[in-house]
This record gives sequence, structure tokens and C-alpha cells, in this order.
Amino acid sequence: MTVADQVKPGMPWLPTKKEKSQKFVSFLLALIASVVLLFGTGLNGKLGWVFAFFISYVSISFITEYRKAGIPAAQDSLLTSISRFAIFLAVIPIVSIVATVVSKGWRGLHWGLFTQDMSQATVNDPITNGGMLAAIVGTLIMVGLALIFTLPISILTALYLTEIKGKFAGIIRFLVQAMSGVPSIVAGLFILSSIVYPITQSYSGLMGALALSILMIPTVARTAEEVLLLIPSDLREAGLALGATQWRTVAMVVVPAVKSGLVTAIILGVARVVGETAPIILVTGGGDATNLNPVSGPMGSIPFYVWKSFLLGGTEESSQRTWAGLLVLLIWVLLLFMAARFISSRTRKG
Amino acid sequence: MSNTLIPAPRELVTKPRKSDQLFRVIVTSGGLSSLIILGLILSFLTFRGYEVLRLEGFGLLTSSDWSVVEDETGNVVEQNYGLAAMLVGTIMSATIAVFVGVPIAVLTALFLEFYAGRKIRSILISVIDLMAAFPSILFGLWGFLVMMPSVEYWAKLLNKYLGWIPIFDVPAPVFTRSPFIAGMVLAIMIIPICTSISREVFSQTPLDRIQAAYALGATKLAMIRAVVIPFGRGGVVGGAMLGLGRAMGETVAVYSVLNIVYQVNWQMLFGAGGNIASLILLKIGEADRDETNALMAAGLVLFILTLVVNFIANFLVNRLGKTGR
Repeated sequence: MTVADQVKPGMPWLPTKKEKSQKFVSFLLALIASVVLLFGTGLNGKLGWVFAFFISYVSISFITEYRKAGIPAAQDSLLTSISRFAIFLAVIPIVSIVATVVSKGWRGLHWGLFTQDMSQATVNDPITNGGMLAAIVGTLIMVGLALIFTLPISILTALYLTEIKGKFAGIIRFLVQAMSGVPSIVAGLFILSSIVYPITQSYSGLMGALALSILMIPTVARTAEEVLLLIPSDLREAGLALGATQWRTVAMVVVPAVKSGLVTAIILGVARVVGETAPIILVTGGGDATNLNPVSGPMGSIPFYVWKSFLLGGTEESSQRTWAGLLVLLIWVLLLFMAARFISSRTRKG
Repeated sequence: MSNTLIPAPRELVTKPRKSDQLFRVIVTSGGLSSLIILGLILSFLTFRGYEVLRLEGFGLLTSSDWSVVEDETGNVVEQNYGLAAMLVGTIMSATIAVFVGVPIAVLTALFLEFYAGRKIRSILISVIDLMAAFPSILFGLWGFLVMMPSVEYWAKLLNKYLGWIPIFDVPAPVFTRSPFIAGMVLAIMIIPICTSISREVFSQTPLDRIQAAYALGATKLAMIRAVVIPFGRGGVVGGAMLGLGRAMGETVAVYSVLNIVYQVNWQMLFGAGGNIASLILLKIGEADRDETNALMAAGLVLFILTLVVNFIANFLVNRLGKTGR
């Protein structure tokens, strides 16, 4: 037996068995205290219990740490437990939202949702009458058009910020950031005041697409800028050293290198606008019949479908419609988000 | 003697080629588009709302009467457009959102940066980023169905025990659809953006300073207080202001949980509030020409308000976020 076999490296930073059991005991104590608080006082409901548990856990761990190591350790444990509680509070809503939408929406799902539109049905009809075809087609057309308008502008903006770095670069970066804070309803009002009232005087899908692209440009431009900044300048210099002009370097070297990053930017932009409701309500007219022509006639969309069944309804059927629509919207957002994650994680590895 | 010829220095020309000049022009013009779009928004809303702005003057911001009176034949006899109640309501619910949401967001960011293990951290970051991608209609209807009853209950509790403080007082026991409820829904909506900005700022804290604090025997709390908070203060404040801007511009989520009343109400638990964006959504469908112009003016006020808040926020994040002390 060598010495190395006998002497194992110690890991003094890991909690010992005693500390672990102490933690467990204080957890149990907090659990009991929270139940006592719950029945002893006016607090009630799940959130009331969470609150009671939080208070008792914080105070118990504060006291044990204070007895063990004095005030600084006790204060430290205070921040630890409060920040744990904060992350809990931040995650509760998202869990609750997903749970609510799924539990209320799945019963409203049926195949007709994707093959029928609402032109022959009202929101209070049974859920098997009518569906979301008009809404889904409308959203696809509008988001697609918005993408066509957005893509050149935002990629040029990102290229200006990273490749040309002109004298306006600081201002433009500032303005793009400011633009991402433009309220969605203002985008709708802008399209109304600049195009719908003076020129076309009718609602259409194209107007919706224009309003959406105002909201989409900053998201896509900023993400594209971030991925372009990740490109090592060696690549650009290599292109220039081989005698390429700047635009050849950008077109043949830089942009191909960030292709998947640009795809991520597009997906994030689409996810940003797919559920926008306010501008859609203002400028598209919200049709119930399937309309493939974005230039004329009102066009439906998923947020409009949800909004209409929420506002005009009041019956069991309309509520089912609302939540089924929200479920479809949520699934879209989830799929887009996962696609963006997948692509960006794959490129980071490669 | 031979005459050594010293060659004259060659003149260097760095004139880009035609193709590059064209490329630069195209990219620059594309880059300026955000300036153009923002300018167009500003000018069109001003153009449309000009008549109302001239008619009402500062009354647009100080009066709270929004009414169009018609006689029997449908002619407009009298019209008043005042946004004071809406403005107060917008600022109040956004402020509530910031006061509730930002502490949670900052603590969450601290947890993610300094407490969470690697695996939990990446999962939680994805979850919170996903929350940022949720559309506002989802928050609005969820707030209407799930959040409103329980927040109403909290409001009653607050009023019962803290009613002696003027802001928690109510003139009548009506707690439904109050600015407080709208503020809570907005608080949840701004948590993701505030969290991600605070997290980004915190993660830029220089590692050597953190390790120096630990080496001096600091606990985590002492390290965060002495190093991370002073370093990231500007960025966190900027993130909070970005959240404020978001909260002011929200439409659908607020509309579904707020009762709009044309009267300035400072009592946040009372079920009467105002919101510029929701007013626009409420009125635009049935508005005649003059009222539409008034709504454009309202949109202009909202636009300028959010733009100013965003400018300050971005300034704070960009300038102060990176320097520290």
C-alpha cells in the first residue's frame, strides 16, 4: 500500500453529513411552521402557503446560521434564500401560463380547426363548427411578407454597424435599440395614419405585414449584429489580403460564415411578432373567411381569432375557442423558440 | 561622381473601387432606415394629431375629459380630448410593475449568476428567455383568468391592513380591474427582460475583483454588495427603465385586466384606471375623423414617452453598465 492509496484528497468545501441533516431538519421545521401559519392565520390558498413557507424557511435558516457562525453567515444565508424564492416567483407564472393554456385548450383542438374557417360560424357555435384556417393562413402570409420587408433592412443595418462602422454607427445602434421599445400599438397607428387613411382606405393583410415589420426590424437587426460581431476579423482580413474587394469579402466570406446565426435572428424575429395583437386589430380588419390575397380584403390572424372569441363570447364554446387558439399560438412560439435554440447550440459546437 | 537617383515617393491612393462605393452606399442607406422609420412615425403622428394638439394645447395633458357630444341628428356639438387620467394610469401601473418586477428580476439574475449550478442555470435561462418570447395576449388572458382573482384578494388584504397609508386607501370597496392588477400582470411581463439585462451586466463583473473579495474572506453576500452591485448598478437601473418603457407601451395585456375611467385616480387599489394604449384600442373602432386624430395625438404622447424612457435606459445600460467604479 502506498501512501497515495491511504490518503484520499479531502474536499472540505463539500457539506458534511451533519450539515446536510441540519439543512433537512430546518427544511422540515419550515414546512411544519408554514402549515401552522396557514391554518392559524388568515392566509389561504397555494400562494399563501408558499409565502408562509418562505417566511418560516428564511427565519429558521437565519437563526441556525446565526447560532453556528454569527451575523455575516446569517445575512449571507438570507440572500441565498431570498434569491431562491425570487427565481421561484419568476418561474411560477410561466408554469401557470403553460398549464392553464394546455388544460383549457386541448379539449378545443380538433381536426376541423385546421381545415375550416369562421365564415360559416359565430364564436358561440359549438367548437366543431368552424376553425382557424383563415387565422393560420393569414398569420403565415403576414409574417412571411413582414419577413421579406424586414430581412434586407435589418441585415443591411447589421452590416453597417459591423462592417462599415461609419460615423453614424453609434447613433444607429442607439436608434435600433430605441426602436425595439416602440409600443406595438404605435406601429399600428403609424400604418393607419401614413398608408391606410390617406392612400388605400381599406384594411388588408399587407398593412398588417408592414406594421409587424416595424416591430421585427430591431429584433432581427440586433441579433444579426451580435452574430456578425462574433466573426473573427482574421476571416475578413484574409479575404481582403487575397485581393477581394470589401463587398466580395462580405458577400462571399462574412455572410456565409454567419448563415445559421442569421437563421436564428429570423426565427427570433418571427417569434417576436407572431403573437402581436394590437397592430393586427388596428390595420388588418380581421376577416373570418380565408383570404389568400394580402393586398385586398380583410385578413384574419391567430391573435385576432383569440381576441375576437375572448371579447364577443361569454359562453363555454367561445372560451374553448379562445384557449384552443392560444394553445395553437403557444405551440408556434415554442417550436420557433426551440428551433432557434437548436440552431444556435449546434453552431456553437461546430 | 555618379548621380544617385532618389525616386520620388509613390503616391498612395486608397480610393475604393466602384463596386465598393456602391456597396457602401447601399449598406449605409439600409443602415439609416431605422432613423427614417422613427422620423416617419413621429412626423405622421404629429401631422395627424396636429389639429387636436392645437385645439387642446396643454389641456391634452392636463384635462381628463374625453367626450364627444352629439345632438339628435348626429352632428358633433362638443368634443373634449384630455389624456390626464390615461397618462396618470399608464405611469402608475408601469411604476407598480417596476417596483414589483425589478427586485424579483435582479434577485433572479443574482441567483443565476452566482448561486445556481451549471445545469440548473442553463435550464432556467432557457425558461426565462422563453417567457420573454410569449406574446402579450397570452399574458393578458392568463392575467384575466388566473391572476385577477388572486391579485384582487391580495389587494383586499393590503387595503385591510395597510389602508391607513393613502396609496392603499380606496374610496369604495371596488377592487376589480384596478391599476394594481394591471401593474402585477405587467410586472410578470417585464421580469424576463430585466432579468436578462441584469444577468448580462452582472456577468461582466471582472473575475479578479470577485476573487479578491473572496480572498479577503468575504461571504457571498459581502462580495455581491462590495463588488457586483457597485459594478452593475447603472446597468440594472437601465434594465429597470427598459422594463418601464415596455410596461408603458403594453396594450392587450393591460386592456384585458383594466377598467378604463376618464377621471384621474391616484388610488392604485381602486378599480378605475387609465392607459393610453388601451384607450386607443378601445376607441379606434368607433371613432369619427376628429376623434381618430385625437387618438393619433394620444399615440404621439405615448410614443414620445416610451422613446424618452428608452433613450435614458439605453444610455444607462451602454455607458454605466461597462465602467463600474
